[in-house]
Amino acid sequence: MNTAHNTMSDIAKETYQTVGQPLIEDPKMHVRNTNVYYGEKQAIFDVNLDIGKNQVISMIGPSGCGKSTFLRCLNRMNDTIDICRVQGTLMLDDLNIYDKKIDVVELRARVGMVFQKPNPFPKSIYENVAYGARIHGLTDNKVELDELVEQSLKRCGLWKEVKDRLDEPATGLSGGQQQRLCIARAIAVNPEVILMDEPCSALDPIATATVEELIHELSENFTICIVTHSMQQAARVSQRTAYFHLGKLIEVNDTSTVFTNPEHKLTEEYITGRIG
Amino acid sequence: MNREIKVGGHISRQFDEELDEIRSRVLKMGNLVEIQLDKVLEALRDVDSSAIVDVEKLDDEINDLEMQIDEECTQILARRNPAAGDLRLIIATTKSVRDLERIGDEAERVANMVRHAMDQDASKKAFKGLLSLTEHVKELLHETLNTYARMKTRSAVKVMRKDQDIDDEYSRVVMRLIEFMKKDPENISDGLDVMWAARSLERIGDHCINICENVIYLVEGQDIRHIGLDEVREQLAE
Repeated sequence: MNTAHNTMSDIAKETYQTVGQPLIEDPKMHVRNTNVYYGEKQAIFDVNLDIGKNQVISMIGPSGCGKSTFLRCLNRMNDTIDICRVQGTLMLDDLNIYDKKIDVVELRARVGMVFQKPNPFPKSIYENVAYGARIHGLTDNKVELDELVEQSLKRCGLWKEVKDRLDEPATGLSGGQQQRLCIARAIAVNPEVILMDEPCSALDPIATATVEELIHELSENFTICIVTHSMQQAARVSQRTAYFHLGKLIEVNDTSTVFTNPEHKLTEEYITGRIG
Repeated sequence: MNREIKVGGHISRQFDEELDEIRSRVLKMGNLVEIQLDKVLEALRDVDSSAIVDVEKLDDEINDLEMQIDEECTQILARRNPAAGDLRLIIATTKSVRDLERIGDEAERVANMVRHAMDQDASKKAFKGLLSLTEHVKELLHETLNTYARMKTRSAVKVMRKDQDIDDEYSRVVMRLIEFMKKDPENISDGLDVMWAARSLERIGDHCINICENVIYLVEGQDIRHIGLDEVREQLAE
């Protein structure tokens, strides 16, 4: 790789234009002129991106490129980091998600998140899925809640595997089952967008395939943004791919274009294993 | 049209070596096919049947190389999951080796017809009429292999333009053969042999074009098959 632009300070000095098609018509979320800082250090530089409704968009890039930081801006998860500062306009439909009046808990119900490591609550399988619906008051009675839990588990392909042991601790499930449970928990509150931060990196290939199939099915009803280190996963599950490099959004294109004929040299170098 | 494709520079040097190995095998295969055409020329010029035997021997070696390269490409697809330029290199290579193998088959076909003609004076004379076409086809093949080696779009377009000259020359050869056969019905059998040989040479030109199209796909990422040359140039200029 050309070392001339290797440091954050070098790249920060340059203005740049994201190549490809970062902006689309009628997006579910749109992000404009977004910069993110950790204290004095800038982690994201002037990102402009639209996230399409009921589409899967994957964020790829080398470690430290800012893809997870960017993802966490989309439901204000970065608020939990004291030194993190987000500038710019981030909209969910017509809602400015950084508006001071926003209830962050409500926002995170609309923009759910699934993490790298499955993180079920230390409760029963049933309670894990029912928890969000209870705190957001989504059901009126036990029958409705039972129905919601069953539907959520069915949508994640987990119902048949757990229906006879709903009262057992969720931590007793396999890694792949736990991750699908976390997805069931996320969709139980009927979000509009699901953010996934390397959701399969702790899973074996079979569990990964199951989760990927689930992502494909969920994309009919949900908008999904997935950060992944696996380029093959990005190629398999997403319709659009965004490539980040040293905090800048270098290229956004149809996934098929990115993996067969990327426009930017840096994208090409990353996906062909020339920079890492 | 000045886009460049990078083959090396992977973090995995082993991957670089694997791709280099494949490319050098393709060029070796191309070199053997060129030698085949040289031998055909030699046979046409000197009416030498030993040159024709060499053409057949070379074909076995070419077929082996085709299978080896295909296997190596399959292994890379399975184990390396190539993307972007690397993926296009593998796809372009598997297609190009098929064309090279077919060029070898066409060269062998021409050689067999020349051998068949060796005992007949009229035929020999008629086959001499293919010398110029064979020379031009050989030049086209040489430039095609250079294009693959250098992976340059401009060079590919140049070769594609030259193939139009080959097509024109082929048409002239056919017209001459028709006249030759019209003169005396006795000439028909020999004339048809030469015509089939000319057709094989023209087909070699077409395979060269396929290889050039593969190179353009590799370098530009654009599939320019089945469109006219002018449109190709317009599309690439965009």
